[in-house]
Amino acid sequence: MSSKPKLSVYWASSCGGCEIALVNLHENFLRLAEHFELVFCPCLMDTKIAEVEAMPDGSITLTLFNGAIRTEENDEMARLLRRKSKLLVAYGACSYQGGIPALSNFSSREEHLRTIYGENASLDNLAKLSPQHQTEVSEGTLELPAFYEYVKTLAQCVKVDYFMPGCPPEPHQIWHVIEAIISGQPLPPPGSVIGAGRSSVCDECARERAIKVLPRFYRTFEVAPNPDKCLLEQGIVCMGIATRDGCGAPCPTANMPCTGCYGPPEGVRDQGAKIVSALGSILDLGEYKGMTPEDLNQKVEELLNSIPDPAGTYYRYGAAGSILGGRAQ
Amino acid sequence: MKRVTINPITRLEGHGKIDIFLDEEGNVANTYFQVPELRGFEQFCVGRPAEDMPVITSRICGVCPEAHHMASSKALDRLFGVEPTAAAKKIRELFYMAFFVTDHTTHFYALGGPDFIVGPDAAPGERNLLGVVKKAGLDVGKQVIACRARNHHVIEILGGRGIHPVAGVPGGWSRHVSAAERAEIETIATQNVEFALFTLKLFDQIVLSNPAYLDLIMSDVYHHQTYSMGTVDEQNRLNFYDGKIRIVDPKGREFVKYETADYAQHIAERVEPWTYLKFPYLKKIGWKGFVDGVESGVYTATPLSRLNAADRLATPLAQEHFERFYQTLGAKTVEGRHEPVHYRLATHWARLIELLYAAERMQELARDPEITSPDIRQIPQNIAGEGVGSVEAPRGTLIHHYVSDEKAVLTKVNLVVGTTNNHAAISMSIRKAAEKFIRGFEVVEEGFLNRVEMAFRLYDPCLSCATHTLPGEMPLIVNIRNHQGESLQSLRRDR
Repeated sequence: MSSKPKLSVYWASSCGGCEIALVNLHENFLRLAEHFELVFCPCLMDTKIAEVEAMPDGSITLTLFNGAIRTEENDEMARLLRRKSKLLVAYGACSYQGGIPALSNFSSREEHLRTIYGENASLDNLAKLSPQHQTEVSEGTLELPAFYEYVKTLAQCVKVDYFMPGCPPEPHQIWHVIEAIISGQPLPPPGSVIGAGRSSVCDECARERAIKVLPRFYRTFEVAPNPDKCLLEQGIVCMGIATRDGCGAPCPTANMPCTGCYGPPEGVRDQGAKIVSALGSILDLGEYKGMTPEDLNQKVEELLNSIPDPAGTYYRYGAAGSILGGRAQ
Repeated sequence: MKRVTINPITRLEGHGKIDIFLDEEGNVANTYFQVPELRGFEQFCVGRPAEDMPVITSRICGVCPEAHHMASSKALDRLFGVEPTAAAKKIRELFYMAFFVTDHTTHFYALGGPDFIVGPDAAPGERNLLGVVKKAGLDVGKQVIACRARNHHVIEILGGRGIHPVAGVPGGWSRHVSAAERAEIETIATQNVEFALFTLKLFDQIVLSNPAYLDLIMSDVYHHQTYSMGTVDEQNRLNFYDGKIRIVDPKGREFVKYETADYAQHIAERVEPWTYLKFPYLKKIGWKGFVDGVESGVYTATPLSRLNAADRLATPLAQEHFERFYQTLGAKTVEGRHEPVHYRLATHWARLIELLYAAERMQELARDPEITSPDIRQIPQNIAGEGVGSVEAPRGTLIHHYVSDEKAVLTKVNLVVGTTNNHAAISMSIRKAAEKFIRGFEVVEEGFLNRVEMAFRLYDPCLSCATHTLPGEMPLIVNIRNHQGESLQSLRRDR
């Protein structure tokens, strides 16, 4: 047995992008392997769950847990790894706030099954079959696990020590966290967000801001934005102002808006509330001077209503963790 | 009836599960390949703004987000009724070739290739990338890491992010390519061509020069005569980014060639109550069950099927290897084109020929003067309300189909992904391997596991894409049960 600190990396309901981000440490991935003994990582190695179960409680130094909690088994693995780990990190947007899979919380289980097995363009399903928990075939019974009603975050299932945002976390930030742990420097207070900044993406964005007011919003397909000026001030709903920094603002750099994958900045409880107030304050209401407060409110509402799918836009990665996630359930 | 269950040890994530039923004599009566998970993108994308789909659907799979991003961007071109500029199409394809190089490299060295390079009977702990490095040398490992790193760098430059890109928009691409970036990408493409040639040479030395491996490739266990699907250009040459979808029959005759938008006339998807994953088949032939041959609607969409469906490859070095491939595997010429190869393990070789094609094509595009044009997008002038887009994903033809309201908010979404195309074929390969290796209640050896795994690993199955579970390799557990369901023997391995 090695005396190195033990590391585990686990995926629940996720796409695998968080593992690829880890592998994209490239040569630093080898340095990671020098400092840690990787004891469990189904993506990269052969350890079995039974072996994890046999490990003493608290014997894994660090677990990076990615993916949302969609099934009872995801939940069981979260509890097992919590018990075995000194530090449990919600690694990536799905584990932190539900991520893209949590958009599913806006529809019911029945709606999912009806759409996927009942109404698709290329479907051949006259018998109206849909997957069942148990199916009798001539040779015996076949079983499938149930498709759950809601997606949860890791912290809604077990106690989480730290949160590492991003869809996926950017490799340079992953390396910062690993380096900090390797160096033995004091860790931040439990419950902190790590591997990210404390401010907003705007702090890392090179675009010029001019405190301009807007007459209307544009959708990304409607305009080719000026590459040097603030996207929000050009009427594009850029989530940067309501999103934690640390990523280096790659999306605005590619002339596309931030979609909010790093979650809310430090001190902001709700990413959606933050963007709505930012959008409200940037609208040009000048020509409505002298309006009654009611008329003014109505005008603001009209402009905000021109944004389709506000919930799915403001909570693109946070539907399970947000206050809205609670309401959707 | 006795029953063998092959289930991922990490069943928790629900990668895939195989049930094998044995008859009274202990021979295989039937097998079921089950996919026990679902995330539901086709439902939860409804109500979202159409233009957000390239960013949302890339999250179907973190291993091949570029494929979903691209199919989605192409579906949006149609949904908004806008033709991308010439430069935008080239930038998209350049980006896509860098992705193909890194993805095929990963599969060969880390996922599928170890079965050959290290050997199908090597200890399980050796059949991985580290085992490859041990056998082929440390320099190979370094080259693989360097190849992944430089191509992810290109993906990041062009797509905006290393994983989950953002640059695809209806009518084009959000950022142009600077002269300095172009020069850097050209250098990388040239390194990729060298790397692909090196990899083919390695395959030659280790696999093709070994008669035992050639026998394995050409054995009946891994042989299925099905229809082959692939995307071709107007000269019937393979194309990953764009073209028509062509299907050839098991004898190599063109069965149909159609525009992507017409896919639902040609492909139907069968639902079975015992798996979350659907079974696509050729509609005009019909579903005849899990059987081979010209009368069965089962088809494949893999590197092998793409070579089978194409008349030739569009780049010179890849074309040389293409010809050698068909000569070596004994395919005759029919109606002026090669007969298909049906040895499924040859898919690994086909994948490397595709790697070389992607590298050469990347080099051509990087040298195209138009690639640095600032004319990168066409702003849509209307909303057509429906769009189908497809690309060749590394694992097969990928189709995104969207319907929207007059405000371009989605009302219907249908996705037919690479691995799903091959669902029936994978099931058949598993059954055949199981029939071969399970006989009359003999104790099942560990080697059996790998032989069955090899039957589906050659498809590079990505169940993350197919059902939104997890990508990569499939951990296995085999439980052998008697007819009352009592476990008689248990073998497990996860890799």
